[in-house]
Amino acid sequence: MSAISQFWRTGPRRDPNTIAYIVLIVVGALAPIFLQLFLGGTATFWLTVFADMGVYILLAIGLNVVVGFAGLLDLGYAAFFAIGAYTYAFLASEHGIVTPLHEAFHVPFWIVLLVAMFVAASFGLILGAPTLRLRGDYLAIVTLGFGEIVPRVFKNASVWTSGANGVSALDIPALPVWIQGPWSGDPFAIVQDFKILAPLAYYVIMFVLLILCVILVRNLHSSRLGRAWMAVREDEVAAAAMGVNTVATKLYAFAIGAAFSGFAGTYYAAKLSLVSPENFGFSVSITILVMVVLGGMGNIAGVIIGSTVIYSVIFIFLPQLPDYATSFVQSVGLSGLTQSSGDYPGIGEFISRLKFLVFGLILVVVMLLRPQGLLPSRQREQELQKGVHEDTTIVDVTAETA
Amino acid sequence: MTATTTAPAPLLEVGGIDVFYGRVQALRGVTLTVSSGEIVALIGSNGAGKTTTLRTISGLMHPTGGRIVFDGRDITNTKAHEIVRFGICQSPEGRRLFPRMIVLDNLMMGTYARRDLSHVDRDVARVYELFPRLKEREKQLAGTLSGGEQQMLAIGRALMAHPKLLMLDEPSLGLAPILVETIFRVCVEINQQGTPILLVEQNATKALEIAHRAYVLETGNVVQHGTGKELLASPDVQRAYLGM
Ligand SMILES: Nc1ncnc2c1ncn2[C@@H]1O[C@H](COP(=O)(O)OP(=O)(O)OP(=O)(O)O)[C@@H](O)[C@H]1O
Ligand SMILES: [Mg+2]
Repeated sequence: MSAISQFWRTGPRRDPNTIAYIVLIVVGALAPIFLQLFLGGTATFWLTVFADMGVYILLAIGLNVVVGFAGLLDLGYAAFFAIGAYTYAFLASEHGIVTPLHEAFHVPFWIVLLVAMFVAASFGLILGAPTLRLRGDYLAIVTLGFGEIVPRVFKNASVWTSGANGVSALDIPALPVWIQGPWSGDPFAIVQDFKILAPLAYYVIMFVLLILCVILVRNLHSSRLGRAWMAVREDEVAAAAMGVNTVATKLYAFAIGAAFSGFAGTYYAAKLSLVSPENFGFSVSITILVMVVLGGMGNIAGVIIGSTVIYSVIFIFLPQLPDYATSFVQSVGLSGLTQSSGDYPGIGEFISRLKFLVFGLILVVVMLLRPQGLLPSRQREQELQKGVHEDTTIVDVTAETA
Repeated sequence: MTATTTAPAPLLEVGGIDVFYGRVQALRGVTLTVSSGEIVALIGSNGAGKTTTLRTISGLMHPTGGRIVFDGRDITNTKAHEIVRFGICQSPEGRRLFPRMIVLDNLMMGTYARRDLSHVDRDVARVYELFPRLKEREKQLAGTLSGGEQQMLAIGRALMAHPKLLMLDEPSLGLAPILVETIFRVCVEINQQGTPILLVEQNATKALEIAHRAYVLETGNVVQHGTGKELLASPDVQRAYLGM
């Protein structure tokens, strides 16, 4: 067990989260079967929900590269998500006809997935190249601006994007004809005429994509580049002094993070068959950031758990909260509370207005109980337990350009 | 002039560099050399420009005038991460460790720029031999080490780069006298094993004792230069830096 083989060569050290990964994979693989067994008819609804949840998990895994690994605060991550989604809208629909190009493109979904990664990564580079020289807070502001600008451009460049209406009737992803299997006909029949429509098919695709992405990101993390990210996050000057090309290292993080977001955007657009500028606002960026921080910055398994929890709270628990409240007051015999009177709108509406207060409270409580995140990375845990003396020396490296 | 070509060119030649922080000039035509096998000390009071000199040689800043030649190569405007590859590594002022990495990983980051990774195990062992304390703390987060241990780690990390020139910025700062002794002993040891050292020190007596040559820096100018012994004996130096 030599130092070198541990550090640069053999890849991951024994991951303390192996169990978490196994549980996640088993649960993910068995979920469709159990849903079918226990819920029957509504199983497909839940499969759709879980596939949508997968989009956010993908986004969180990507943002974790930027924020967790490289320590760059990106507040406009949804911009790349939008870019990925619109890439699919342009390349796989009749929409091209109404643009000045007068030409519709129908590029296969699988190819657009790769193209969108590339396009989003390129925008990541374009945004990153001039701004990554800035330090923490400034970078946050610039990315915040970028996140505001991109959906606005899609909204206002209506000649190209149909503005606020968005682009609809996107192509249905299809399996290449040469991939035949039991899924194409009976007994599963989740792919008809090679078109992917069934929720189960989307669930399976997302599950496979997620596994591939996790493997990729884990390898990145333990690679030379992963070490460089960690070094830059810890101390940029020291990293440069050890031979790390800090600007390139940060650019890679930005571009790779953006690529994930673009990837997720294409999947999202294809599944929904619709893109609209409203879907990529600031709240999306913040939600993803919350998933990363709450799950345990820097730890992939933690981020997956964090995004599952946050997604469930925001998109499943909170929307149903008014109904829960209504049926609760009815079951305890206080039906009077469900009626509106004067300023009081009835229990359902009343609770519905408090939704985000509840969400905020949940976040505060979780962060107070587990400041290191639900499943923190090893370093962060030690750091919070033992307390790290941060170096107080401040050297203004921006002065060196003079 | 032809007769002088017999002496080998110094490993590092800093030729009259001017360095600015914004509009403030920190170095005014600083000239110094380091030859192979040497320990060269750079002394001077607070704010004299010692750290700036090291930062400029490392490529963390660039001079507006003058030039820096290392190992026959002009590195005046070379970027920091490339200069490390050419063989200059420094233990910077304030240690600048990676606080949330363990001791061993900090050492390994020192090898980042190395092309030849075949003897890394032996090099780690050598650092642990120089600083047995680090071995005991191998798995501890660098940020939780004591100040002295952090200083050892900063030196060890720089050594892991296998530099052709090692630069140390105030390695004895804030250490107990016994540790100061250790650090200087290790400097000599490293030097005897073949690595030239450019040493910045507040502890001028100690530095001049072990240095082959030394430069005195005052408000960005080199005001004096000679062998360690000469400067130790110089009345100006004694008055200003040795407290005599
Ligand atoms: N980032 C900076 N911006 C502006 N001025 C700076 C900066 N860093 C250093 N200086 C100035 O440059 C001069 C030289 O500083 P330097 O750090 O090189 O001194 P030093 O000799 O290392 O001192 P010390 O012994 O206190 O470490 C000082 O006057 C200092 O105030
Ligand atoms: Mg200094």
